[in-house]
Amino acid sequence: MYAQLVETGSNKLKTLDEMSPEERQFQERINDEIKIEPKNWMPDAYRKTLIRQISQHAHSEIVGMLPEGNWLTRAPTLKRKLQLMAKIQDEAGHGLYLYSSMETLGADRDEEIDKLHDGRAKYSSIFNYPTLNWADMGTIGWLVDGAAIVNQVPLQRTSYGPYARAMIRVCKEESFHQRQGYQILLTMMQEGTDDQKAMVQDSINRFWWPALMMFGPSDENSPNSAQSMAWKIKRHSNDELRQRFLDQTVPQLELLGCTAPDPDLKYNQETGHYEFGEIDWQEFFDVVKGNGPCNRERIEARRSAIDNGAWVREAAVAHAAKRQHRAA
Amino acid sequence: MADWPLFEVFIRSKHGLNHKHVGSVHAADRRMAIENARELYTRRNEGVSIWVVPASEITASSPDEKEPLFDPSNDKVYRHASFYKLPKEVGHM
Repeated sequence: MYAQLVETGSNKLKTLDEMSPEERQFQERINDEIKIEPKNWMPDAYRKTLIRQISQHAHSEIVGMLPEGNWLTRAPTLKRKLQLMAKIQDEAGHGLYLYSSMETLGADRDEEIDKLHDGRAKYSSIFNYPTLNWADMGTIGWLVDGAAIVNQVPLQRTSYGPYARAMIRVCKEESFHQRQGYQILLTMMQEGTDDQKAMVQDSINRFWWPALMMFGPSDENSPNSAQSMAWKIKRHSNDELRQRFLDQTVPQLELLGCTAPDPDLKYNQETGHYEFGEIDWQEFFDVVKGNGPCNRERIEARRSAIDNGAWVREAAVAHAAKRQHRAA
Repeated sequence: MADWPLFEVFIRSKHGLNHKHVGSVHAADRRMAIENARELYTRRNEGVSIWVVPASEITASSPDEKEPLFDPSNDKVYRHASFYKLPKEVGHM
């Protein structure tokens, strides 16, 4: 859920003639690829949609730490443990870059986090699946971060300056994530026992479809896309990005010596693209609505982190006040 | 976190370059803001120096002032070296 399922409050696009002078000037600025900065005038719906999109994006980064945190204490070597820890720390960093850019729109961080905790705000559906074996750490890096990269690269050119700049930082760091994930799988496939190889295939079987779902509903079921595209806070359609991801991923899958859990997956010589079977959209919407395998557990973990950390935040404020008092 | 003020963060990426705005952090005080900025914005050798400034202490120009502030410099072409045409014989100057 990066920019794939964001309510814009508008299913119909206004033409330039139907816009107020301010709105028209704003849209022309976007058409000319001039970035919108925090103090510029912007339509209320643009501000609201962006707050929604950036907060969902930030929440996804933060919740995304949980499935990986599950394996930190069980990483097979110290080296793998350090790498995983660095990756998880990056995800926290990405969440913070994004919350910080969201605040430039006048949003309140605590309020948006409350929305996550009481179910009003969404986050990427992928993080509601459990991580059952060590190969899942590889598959998440390779497929999930891989899909996130395909989603995020175009957002580096998004129309809102602070968001675009945050995405540039994020994208710079993501390729480490994907490479470390793929290397985990490659090592298991090339040097592993039969059991370890089976673990990789099992992991791919479980994450393949949810990874494809990360791009959101198909284009005919994306009523908000037109407005998001006009505002350039979304730059390619869901299906286009999904296809791009699939085309780059299948050769990597073959290099691993693994298969996809999709009997209809095949290469089309004429189009030069891979074709794939029907996505189970019912599953996608169930997970988005809160009924995936781990939704409750994820939100519970976030809530308890905030609640159990309250005394630390209070202590920090008290300590700062004491220090200031002494200095005075 | 509502009690923690917002600080804008500026990083000097190399000796000899200016500090550049990179984003913001929340922190209980200035010292913690430096620590948080270090964790958040310099995980990969991005900096050799950090400034943090309480966001509330920053005064910014407004987009409405763009014309009165910046237009006057547009019509002073004589402030640019390229305005002064010199014969080729002068060479590079």
